[in-house]
Amino acid sequence: MALSDQELREIAYLARISVKEDSLPSLKKELEDILGLFKELDAANTSEVNAMSHPLDLSQPTRKDEVTEEDLRDELLKNAPSVKSGLFLVPKVIEGEN
Amino acid sequence: MKNYSEDWEAVIGLEIHVQLSTKSKLFSGASTDFGALPNTQACNIDLAMPGVLPVLNEEVLKMAVKLGKALNAEINSPTSFARKNYFYPDSPKGYQISQMDKPIVENGYLDIETENGGKRIGVTRAHLEEDAGKSLHDDFEGQSGIDLNRAGTPLLEIVSEPEINTPEEAVAYLKSIHSIIRYLEISDGNMAEGSMRCDANVSVRKIGEKKLGTRTETKNVNSFRFVEKAIQYEIERQIHEIESGNEITQETRLYDSQANTTRPMRSKEFANDYRYFPEPDLLPVNLEKEFIEEVLTTMPEMPTEKKERFVSEFSLSQYDADLLAADKDIAEFFEEVTKVSNSPKLSANWIMGELSAELNNENLNIKESKVSSNKLGQLISRIEDGTISGKIAKDIFEKIWTTGKEVDDIIKEEGLEQVTDDQEIESMIDEVIENNPQQLEQYRSGKDRLFGFFVGQVMKASQGKANPKQVNDILKSKLEK
Repeated sequence: MALSDQELREIAYLARISVKEDSLPSLKKELEDILGLFKELDAANTSEVNAMSHPLDLSQPTRKDEVTEEDLRDELLKNAPSVKSGLFLVPKVIEGEN
Repeated sequence: MKNYSEDWEAVIGLEIHVQLSTKSKLFSGASTDFGALPNTQACNIDLAMPGVLPVLNEEVLKMAVKLGKALNAEINSPTSFARKNYFYPDSPKGYQISQMDKPIVENGYLDIETENGGKRIGVTRAHLEEDAGKSLHDDFEGQSGIDLNRAGTPLLEIVSEPEINTPEEAVAYLKSIHSIIRYLEISDGNMAEGSMRCDANVSVRKIGEKKLGTRTETKNVNSFRFVEKAIQYEIERQIHEIESGNEITQETRLYDSQANTTRPMRSKEFANDYRYFPEPDLLPVNLEKEFIEEVLTTMPEMPTEKKERFVSEFSLSQYDADLLAADKDIAEFFEEVTKVSNSPKLSANWIMGELSAELNNENLNIKESKVSSNKLGQLISRIEDGTISGKIAKDIFEKIWTTGKEVDDIIKEEGLEQVTDDQEIESMIDEVIENNPQQLEQYRSGKDRLFGFFVGQVMKASQGKANPKQVNDILKSKLEK
């Protein structure tokens, strides 16, 4: 399967990976090789096989609806490079969707 | 009201996010209480610290099963979770755990009513997902502040089929969903606080056209009225664009309630691609038959059933029954009042009249009413047994509202019992007639309208306490003499 440079740039953008223009050709070759492996899988006849979303044949355990976590804010905030008034600070978010 | 040409029709689908009222989060044991200090309810799991794993809250499954039943839908078992990938600072994992292929609720419907009659709206699906945190854009030296207390709070996203055609239908559908989630007690449904949020997908096409037009998604609509206005605006905008020879761009728009317009959100460089894939940290969930049956035994009486019972048990009109049954708390209040008053019709009138006016006035909900259901019931029973008139009852209602006193104490203290003694009423009438010879003459020479004048004078003389029916009867016979 052939990938265009534009598709590569979009995939990199969606994954927030910075890719230099001069590394596009080698990256393209590697990704196309991986996609080629998927192509091989397509050869298997799966018409009798149900779609599977998890390899373990078990049902998800659940927990009771109880508050079990205590407030560890001060500890957890220490991991952040920048905090103020109990908030994590991040580069300005412009779009008003939350 | 259609403000556009009859040639056009709108096609509307709604996505409603309902915040579930669990104690703890969807995948962690952190509290979901509203209004806590920033980040005090965001634990390791909510913050996506390395190595943590989600553990599913059982209560959300019960809530989703109940909603599914109320929406006449199928419950999927197994139901599975998926990752929706996107980067935004209020989502620490870099993805949201949601559902894609096997949502817990699928293929339901809801019957709505508008002025144009009844209509069935298909519900495509309702799926479980995590809420995001909040970004605060106040001034933090040019940075944004992130509060992750809300991150991981359970949501049910209810997606309708694009079978809604007018803003009125959209609001009727939204109100119906609101009523259902409140009845099921799975969410407080508070739109102003964001526990119920609505996004509207709107497109327009010429009537008779099979193909759907390009749609826009309008977000940020946080009241029933705004949903109606935002959709109305968007329909008119799209028709105007097309009639002016322009094309509709598929985009996300924000509703601005102050300007009553929608505007595009800053367009993305590339189209959104959430790259959904099955969530590897969670197994599919099998919902055993016994589990579902057990949950269904806790289903309350739903709004439509309650409405029908109000009509058959209390002989209320469809209209009254509909209004009372739409809100669970109001419906319960009504039944409590009626139990004491033994008069369903009068109880309904008082709740929808005096009581709601007073509640609106002070911006209270019915649970905060300063006149209890018991006192309102007693007040109405005193009208029914003839102790007081309806007019006096309104004054007493005001007094209970401000002082909280008992009905019978107010009647006794202020001597408000209705005058029902024929002789006493007669003597009041005689006095009124004697004092108004001119009006009497005019009345007798054919000016029938003056009857009301005499009634008014007698009521005034009795300080509103004379029984109006007796006043009418006696007055009539005296005047005709």
